[in-house]
Amino acid sequence: MSRYILRRLIQAIPVLLGATLLIYAIVFALPGDPIAALAGEKRMDPDIVDVLREQYHLNDPFLVQYWHYIVGLLGGDFGTTFAGVGVGDIMAGKFQVTINLAVTALVMEAVIGVGLGLYAALRHGGAGDSLILAATLVLISVPVLVTGFVLQLLLGVRLKQAGIDLFPVAGVSEGWRGYLLPGFVLAGTSIAYLTRLTRNSLVEIMRTDYIRTAVAKGLPRSRVVGRHALRNALIPLITYLGADLGALMGGAVITETIFNLPGIGQQLFSSVYLREQPVVVGIVTVLVLIYILANLVVDLLYAVLDPRIRYE
Amino acid sequence: MKKTSTPMVPAGRAPGGEPLLVVDDLHVEFTTRQGVVRAVNGVSYSLNPGETLAVLGESGSGKSVTAQAIMGILDTPPARVSRGEIRFRGTDLLRLPEEARSRIRGRRIAMIFQDALSALNPVFTVGFQIGEMFRVHRGASRRDAEKKAIELMDRVRIPGARQRVHDYPHQFSGGMRQRIMIAMSIALDPEVLIADEPTTALDVTVQAQIMELLAELRRESDMGLILITHDLGVVADVADRIAVMYGGRIVEKAPVHDIYRTPAHPYAKGLLDSVPRVDQKGQELFAIKGMPPNLLDMPSGCSFHPRCPYRQDDCVTDAPPLYEIGPTRASACHYWREVLDGSHG
Amino acid sequence: MSDTLAPAERPQNGGVGGHPGASRPPKAASLWSDAWYDLRRRPLFVGSAVLIGVLVAMAVFPSLFTSVNPFDAATCDLAQARQGMSAAHRFGTDNLGCDVYSRVVYGARNSLVIGLSTTVVTALLGGLLGLLAGFRGGALDTLLSRITEIFFAIPSILGALLILAIFRTGNVWTVMLALAVLAWPLTYRIMRAAVITAKGQDYVLAARALGASAPRIMFRHILPNAVASVIVVATINLGTFIAAEAGLSFLGVGLRSPDISWGLMISDARERFLEAPWPLLFPALFLSLTVLAFIMLGDAVRDALDPKLR
Repeated sequence: MSRYILRRLIQAIPVLLGATLLIYAIVFALPGDPIAALAGEKRMDPDIVDVLREQYHLNDPFLVQYWHYIVGLLGGDFGTTFAGVGVGDIMAGKFQVTINLAVTALVMEAVIGVGLGLYAALRHGGAGDSLILAATLVLISVPVLVTGFVLQLLLGVRLKQAGIDLFPVAGVSEGWRGYLLPGFVLAGTSIAYLTRLTRNSLVEIMRTDYIRTAVAKGLPRSRVVGRHALRNALIPLITYLGADLGALMGGAVITETIFNLPGIGQQLFSSVYLREQPVVVGIVTVLVLIYILANLVVDLLYAVLDPRIRYE
Repeated sequence: MKKTSTPMVPAGRAPGGEPLLVVDDLHVEFTTRQGVVRAVNGVSYSLNPGETLAVLGESGSGKSVTAQAIMGILDTPPARVSRGEIRFRGTDLLRLPEEARSRIRGRRIAMIFQDALSALNPVFTVGFQIGEMFRVHRGASRRDAEKKAIELMDRVRIPGARQRVHDYPHQFSGGMRQRIMIAMSIALDPEVLIADEPTTALDVTVQAQIMELLAELRRESDMGLILITHDLGVVADVADRIAVMYGGRIVEKAPVHDIYRTPAHPYAKGLLDSVPRVDQKGQELFAIKGMPPNLLDMPSGCSFHPRCPYRQDDCVTDAPPLYEIGPTRASACHYWREVLDGSHG
Repeated sequence: MSDTLAPAERPQNGGVGGHPGASRPPKAASLWSDAWYDLRRRPLFVGSAVLIGVLVAMAVFPSLFTSVNPFDAATCDLAQARQGMSAAHRFGTDNLGCDVYSRVVYGARNSLVIGLSTTVVTALLGGLLGLLAGFRGGALDTLLSRITEIFFAIPSILGALLILAIFRTGNVWTVMLALAVLAWPLTYRIMRAAVITAKGQDYVLAARALGASAPRIMFRHILPNAVASVIVVATINLGTFIAAEAGLSFLGVGLRSPDISWGLMISDARERFLEAPWPLLFPALFLSLTVLAFIMLGDAVRDALDPKLR
């Protein structure tokens, strides 16, 4: 098992290097001089500019700059912005917001998606099933951009006007409640996919021989579904959820913009315009790391959930 | 006996000396996109305690559907029992409320399936799956259930039961898996055991061992055994009586020795002739020509007529009833005498 | 934007439990003619086809739908800003007093052009590379598969945002490029898997044994059988690309004024959204309907092409 983990981690290195190199190259290609951007309207003393350029290796060729960055990264150092602020410090708070948002979305996804999927599977072919399937189609199709604003208007504003103050319209000043609405908006498409996945897996599992055996054993239906079927359905569900955490974090930028949440999406956005290249690279690097780790965890969970899988 | 609002199936012998289990004029149909399929078309058979009845037929003959109807595990819809009764100790199971029926299922009537690898849940240990019978039906504790599971695994002669109780199905060989399936089914000493092609997925040598085990378990108790198979060779030593099914009907019923010696239906005769036998070494094997009938488009008259060497004109128009041809025998062939004579010759 | 595909739908009317020989297809025919026969009878397909037809008409001949030319600044009147629905302005007016309806109609073109061109480029690029990698295997396959893994690790919206930031101006082609650069690995992966499956089939082995040349086997025998899954993904992705374009334009890195884009309209209407929601809700409605149409089409095509269902 530990050898498997090690092998997977080694396999992840080229992915991490490739992804950071790609991002570094894109950021390198961004137009504009970061030092000039730092100075803004004022003219800067050329000597200071030279010192800064030297300090940030800006006069070195691209690959050398990348090398400096990777060496720092391996030591856990994300570098500093040209204004001298630690990138790690900038990112920490922003990632906190985005992680809160993504985890809220993930929990909603798991609860609503599995719940609806289970309901639809048990009423397979019936009216409830068809209704849920139609709803997933709509949920998949309506972009975050639309659900975000519509729900903000309906639940954040109109509901409040009606005297029910459940969901803050924007911002994180009201604690976890501020994440409810954006969390749902971010989870929307995933809820629909997870509903379909749960439904389809369960429908398929309910047709298997081992479920027929469980029925023939005289087990109550609640046990046949809740224990024998659901336990098998967990395997694809966990896989989806695990892989989705990274996708939710990386896809949160529009939701963060609509609801004014100071997360990584917004930070990345402003850093691109402020030419804070180390911050941009740092954010994407952390997201890539999360993606790689989430996939590894999912792989390892496989072995726990499905005894037929063994790693050596 | 506990008093409940639902009718109970008496534990003793039914009044009037009726057999343990009676399937009476059973009809099962499936609704499909292509139309209604009559999978079981007036099947009747009975089973006495301590008896082994072999139900023989090709896939699609309705033998498994009949068994699933007895167990009450047909998918409804698309399946529907349109007519008939299944009497267990005198009580019609088809009229029992689901609650009462689920108290019989697994506990008093149990079933073994063909492919134990797919019939066992891959994510639970075999000990859990056997012990579950005691936990759910008897309210046993986790530890007691495991102890019972080990006992049962010993009883079906799985070597090293104590060590293997925590293993998963995929860690066993095909024969051992079928033994686990059997252990699970006999856990609560059922009165009827239905084995649906229990050896089809196994090697020939293992097949014999499993059949021997089933015969032995049947001898040890007063259990009635229904053995469903398409393989005549499997049943010869084990069965007391045989019912041959074709196209959703029973075409011949007879004690096992009679049918082996003198089949009275052309289909049964064809099946026997296609089994390699030691005493007929060197002879060419006979194969029934043609294809099994399409259940959506059954042939008119006798459904076997397109493949039948004894066919006459009336076979195409008149469906034969199940003729009583002796005190213990029946054949659904207008020309059963000719078939019998042919068998003698 | 999710990279994960919807799991295949199962048939509504389940097979007959454990009863062989009961559900046979009426007669054997080719996958494609069978699928077409099947498609025409699906309400999902008919609905999406009608919707897409209207949208294409809007994109090609917007003047059929409105006499107002939204590119003409004279049609906007600041004094008429944020008016409700009226005979003159069917969907009301926006913050600058421009007619929302005509802008929504003219916005269809950019959405469809970006959606279609990105789909074609990713299908060609990912499809060809996937075909090559799956067919040839070996070092080429390893290299390409490693590269796609890198792309999968980069979040698509953020990646597209960065790529667009390189170009100072956003237009239809830069948005298409940014989306295609990040989206081709998905098509690659699906094509490669389909080709590897097809490669092991008997008919390919037979063609090989008969001495058919590699390109012939690849394009005549493997491609037609692997292309079905790519078509399904491409259709669904088309809707996703349209949504992504709107998202990027909304964020300010996609299309820019004076281009007309539904995402841009949503962004412009955002400031005063809570007091005047309609200038935002109408482009949002059309955006949603367009994405819905293509995802419905993809669902229908998948159901029709999935051989497991027949």
